[in-house]
Amino acid sequence: MLSVKDLSVAFRTRKGQVDAVRGISFDLAPGETLGIVGESGSGKSVTSYALMRILDAGGRISQGDVSWNGRDLRAASESAMRQVRGREISMIFQNPRAALNPIRKVGHQIEDVLRQHGRATRANAHEKAIEALEAVKIRDAAGRYHAYPFELSGGMCQRVVIALALACGPKLMIADEPTTGLDITTQKAVMDLMGDLIRERGMSAIVITHDLGLAAEYCDRLAVMKDGQIVETGASGDLFANPRHPYTRKLVDATPRPGVNIRDLLPPEIRTPDLPHDVGGRALLEVVDLVKIYPGKSGPVHAVKGINFTIREGQSVGLVGESGCGKSTTSSMLVRLLDPTSGAVVFDGHEIGGIPAERFLRDARRGQIQMVFQDATDSLNPRHNAFDSIAEPLRRLGALRGAALRARVRELAHLTGLPEHLLSRYPHQLSGGQKARVGIARAIALDPKFLILDEPTAALDVSIQAVVLNLLADLRARLGMTYLFVSHDLNVVRLLCDHVIVMQDGQIVEQGPTAAVMDAPTHPYTRELLNSAPKPPAPPAAALTNAAE
Amino acid sequence: MSDLAPTQTSNGMLTHLGHILRENPVTALSFGLFAFFVGQALVGQWLVPYDPLATNAAQALQPPSAAHWFGTDQLGRDVFSRVVVATRLDLTISVLAVAISFVFGSVLGAIAGYWGGWLDAVLNRILDTIMAFPLFVLAMGIVAALGNTIENIIYATAIINIPFYARVVRAEVNIRREAGFALAARLSGNSHLRTLAFHIFPNALPPMMVQVSLNMGWAILNAAGLSFVGLGVRPPTPEWGIMVAEGANYIISGHWWVALFPGMWLMLAVFTFNLMGDGLRDLVDPRRRT
Repeated sequence: MLSVKDLSVAFRTRKGQVDAVRGISFDLAPGETLGIVGESGSGKSVTSYALMRILDAGGRISQGDVSWNGRDLRAASESAMRQVRGREISMIFQNPRAALNPIRKVGHQIEDVLRQHGRATRANAHEKAIEALEAVKIRDAAGRYHAYPFELSGGMCQRVVIALALACGPKLMIADEPTTGLDITTQKAVMDLMGDLIRERGMSAIVITHDLGLAAEYCDRLAVMKDGQIVETGASGDLFANPRHPYTRKLVDATPRPGVNIRDLLPPEIRTPDLPHDVGGRALLEVVDLVKIYPGKSGPVHAVKGINFTIREGQSVGLVGESGCGKSTTSSMLVRLLDPTSGAVVFDGHEIGGIPAERFLRDARRGQIQMVFQDATDSLNPRHNAFDSIAEPLRRLGALRGAALRARVRELAHLTGLPEHLLSRYPHQLSGGQKARVGIARAIALDPKFLILDEPTAALDVSIQAVVLNLLADLRARLGMTYLFVSHDLNVVRLLCDHVIVMQDGQIVEQGPTAAVMDAPTHPYTRELLNSAPKPPAPPAAALTNAAE
Repeated sequence: MSDLAPTQTSNGMLTHLGHILRENPVTALSFGLFAFFVGQALVGQWLVPYDPLATNAAQALQPPSAAHWFGTDQLGRDVFSRVVVATRLDLTISVLAVAISFVFGSVLGAIAGYWGGWLDAVLNRILDTIMAFPLFVLAMGIVAALGNTIENIIYATAIINIPFYARVVRAEVNIRREAGFALAARLSGNSHLRTLAFHIFPNALPPMMVQVSLNMGWAILNAAGLSFVGLGVRPPTPEWGIMVAEGANYIISGHWWVALFPGMWLMLAVFTFNLMGDGLRDLVDPRRRT
């Protein structure tokens, strides 16, 4: 139905021509779902833009053919393409909120599309729009018809976007990272819905994603892209169980999944023996009845509703939950950036929850509790180079100057695997993984006893995530640090943590040793979270034997 | 800031400047013109052929010639000498006015953007009040009330420009107040004030530089405008605005050069500053330093 032959896309930039896609070919049969998988910069999104002929200015198809039901899309006129877009091929973008007009009711937006393509008349548009909302399983569709995008959750917005994409009965749907930024349970709901709709309507689909596990679960066939080329294509199960290309193997290995060890994520040639870390008996941090209430416009918001837990010295504790569950508020309070409303935080035998955040800055224990932030790009000052970023806590709290400072920063760079010559670079000159290393080096600069890791790998590609997770495991063993690992990804938590705390709506619903919680969850919410995690097909044989050893 | 090698950093700045000038010919032109005006302001008064204040009734209203490049005015003063000597006064007024509004606008805007709440609300209403007046009329009122001196022209120009800086800084600080690097700075032991001053505020500099350069041209026009309407520098002091005002009376009688040349210099100066904006921004933006 869709046939792409030897497609290349080139962008003109100031530094000359950049080939984003270099000669890819694939075919898509009616009713088939193809997953295009790759890490950032692999050209997977550009491929889909090229198919729809919506490349940015400066980008053009430099060679190859795109044929759609016998029609040449590369040579088609712009007005012919307008007929194809939406009516025959529709597209779903990454950020659903940005795809919707913020000042129009969602029902009206669906009506606009229906009427523009002659699928509805003024008389029956309202009815048809509600039907379209019901088709994407929005409860109370007649009521939601009048909602504005900001009144809907991210998952609801994505359903509306899907309704818009399906409004004209397209034969092919292209979904570009449809669930990035959504919670894991919402991701499952949206993907299940998309899968059902695709099957019901006999459509074909192309799902573009960085998540190999997700693609393998929902697609019939996968194409793995790297540097603008397709390195391997195959049926989902096959490709996962028996990757032929080394890059596919690396991606499969790096995807966190049940039953593997943290070292198995790395390519075999850089695996090092696992370093054991000791969990002491002494409680390092005790949280007692911690409460945070924000004053809200419509009454107080109870972000954290009295939680209790204990973290022992040397232990790695995972704090898991979906957005809005209070895990970020909790970590901000523990790191003493935010004052709790009530309750106690006992650190190393002393109550620190009552010390105002502004005074805690000058407390001797400031250096003992540090944090690695979620987005490495956002957490580095764009005006400071790597050296200055790492040196900042040493200058302010460690009172190091001159040669001693330089030696310590070099030592930290070495410890986190950051090449020394990169220290003079600014954040925009560093890759995602290098920025993550700078953020970690800064957090461990003062030899903290307790480190809070706030989704440190959420913004990273899987292969870099694998390296960073292993770095964190090494540092824990070498420096004897205690971790609180905040994450939404249970598979990652399973790899790194000894103990898990599951939060929902500001409360702890379940906590216990990782193995116990993961393998025999007692609370229904924990079970729902575990079920929602993408389940890639059986891991490759090599990894299984490794895990068994 | 860097402990690595301070000398290397200053060299880096120079090569960075060279890179920016080569990359964009318009920026190079504007920096060249800027150097031209600064040179005039610094040494112009010793290089000009005539005393800008010396009158010579015999030579009044002479058209441009080899002896008097820009001609002479109604009192026989050399227009070229007066135009060149006026550069220092006009640049001083605009640079000082812009500097004052930059500093006050930055402080007010940064405080409002970082702490928000009632402080932000009060400050915004005050700025709204200033901006509710036609700004030139406000400046006229300030000078008329405080007295007709150069300092008061500077203050008046500064006051009417403060809201523009405060607004830009407020917006830039506000979006970065909860940024990861600001939180990280606090974990490194920086107080709110230090975080704001040394971590967040410098990130507002690139857009501020565009504002500064646009504002410089505007401040020159404002100062010249005040003098033009008679509220500002008094004759016989050479100043572009007065010279245009005086020369305007003679255009009708065909003595166009008396008003044209100071007007042209004024235009060229405003043009220069307006073109410099992008170059200045690139200069302070580390992302451009690759």
